[in-house]
Amino acid sequence: MHNVFIIGTGTTPVAEHYMRTLTDLALEAFGAALQEVAPTVTPSDIGALYVANALGESLAGQSQLGALLATATGLVGIEAIRVEAAGASGGVALRQAAMAIMAGVHDLVAVIGVEKVTDKLDPEVEAGLALAIDSDFEAEQGFTMTAQWALLMRRYMHEYGYAADAFAPFPVNAHTNAVSNPGAMYRFAINADKYRKAGQVASPLNMLDCSSLADGAAVLLLASERRVREWGVPAIRIAASALATDTLALHARRDLLWFAAVQQSATTALGQANLTHTDIDVLELTDPHGIAAALALEASGFVERGTAPRHAADGGITPTGATPLATGGGYKARGDTGGASGVYQVVELVRQLRGTAGAAQVKDAQVAFAQCLGGVGATAVTHILVNAER
Amino acid sequence: MDLAKHWRQKATRYRLEGQRHRVTGAVRFPAQPGMPGEDPDVWEPFVFSGQGEIYSFTVLRQAATGFAQIGPYPVALVKLVEGPLVSAQLTDCAEADLAIGLPVEMVTRRLKDMGADGVLVYGYKFRPILR
Repeated sequence: MHNVFIIGTGTTPVAEHYMRTLTDLALEAFGAALQEVAPTVTPSDIGALYVANALGESLAGQSQLGALLATATGLVGIEAIRVEAAGASGGVALRQAAMAIMAGVHDLVAVIGVEKVTDKLDPEVEAGLALAIDSDFEAEQGFTMTAQWALLMRRYMHEYGYAADAFAPFPVNAHTNAVSNPGAMYRFAINADKYRKAGQVASPLNMLDCSSLADGAAVLLLASERRVREWGVPAIRIAASALATDTLALHARRDLLWFAAVQQSATTALGQANLTHTDIDVLELTDPHGIAAALALEASGFVERGTAPRHAADGGITPTGATPLATGGGYKARGDTGGASGVYQVVELVRQLRGTAGAAQVKDAQVAFAQCLGGVGATAVTHILVNAER
Repeated sequence: MDLAKHWRQKATRYRLEGQRHRVTGAVRFPAQPGMPGEDPDVWEPFVFSGQGEIYSFTVLRQAATGFAQIGPYPVALVKLVEGPLVSAQLTDCAEADLAIGLPVEMVTRRLKDMGADGVLVYGYKFRPILR
């Protein structure tokens, strides 16, 4: 199999972009990514386009985003598809794009993660997100994605003996890190006291423990080893890529507090890269709520079951901790961009590996772990990135 | 209108009908299609008692389309006495009454209102057992 490298990245700020369309956002991020490799690499070198998007039909009123963005970016006639796996769309699209290079089908491909959600009011947004859970037996009962996470948080508190504010360190860390990320949606710090006083959204989840869905686009340019050598451009190697799945419905699982797909995807990825947990310098996880980060850290094997909140309280997830998390603000403070989030995660980790992450830079970061989830852990995709010089 | 989508679930929604394995006696809810290679008749219809307890719960203050007018409302994972978990709304209770382990029973209620031209969806909810 051929090696795959990331040679260019671009993003728009995550925000409520009321005056901009889905296409506008995609074009801005695509242009920024090309800028990083110009003039050595030109758009005509791109062999295929992979669009990551979860909510195009329900919230943006548009499907067939492959062809739409191929023509909008000027790549007229190019092979282009849209990849949907709810919140995991970004990671799944990256994996599909990487596999095209591994297989030797293409030498340069673009991944565009894009989501446009702010044209709709809250009930429609909740209904759009709830398409990722079981239609007949969860969504039709009035369940939402936030409800699912709240049910897991309450059960977790019950089984392991935590109070709700034990989860405060996750959003506190995310907000602290977002202050220095110019592309983050919420660039202000919060503290545990504010967390305790925040109003309930879906008890025990409060306002400061729930991400906001917003608009944005993020782009990755992936190249083969042959092209990287030929062009002589700086590159980050994708050392592992693994996807696993589980039931959409929570009630269908044997062990609610153990994400089997996360465990499978993380274990497979570490095995592919021939690395262990202690080799990972910096992480991005699906962390719209503290409970989400906690369950992913545990099932991925970074901490023991039932210990993630204590690990976070001890500073384990800050940029100087053992598992630095959400260095760009995570889903909570950078903003949750639905199917584009998995691409934003990888852009943030590339910043870390290039050493350009500013105040939230993890010292001498060489190996990064990106994991995104669709639904409540129904799709789990893990990528491991390493400095190509390593 | 989704008429057929709701009608085909009538046994599940109105009777809490799931399935029992004819050989092992294992029960499951809701009913599922048989796996490839499985004897197509090995799972028989099985009506659950409707008795259970709260396994986890939340009170939702941001609802999806079709539920916004009834919020805030409680939803729960209910552990049926026969074993399976069910995702359902709770009813006839205040937030302060709710706790993990609280005994609950199934009742039939309106689930969703899709407006003047839409279908009224009825189905199971659970309430604290009346004493």
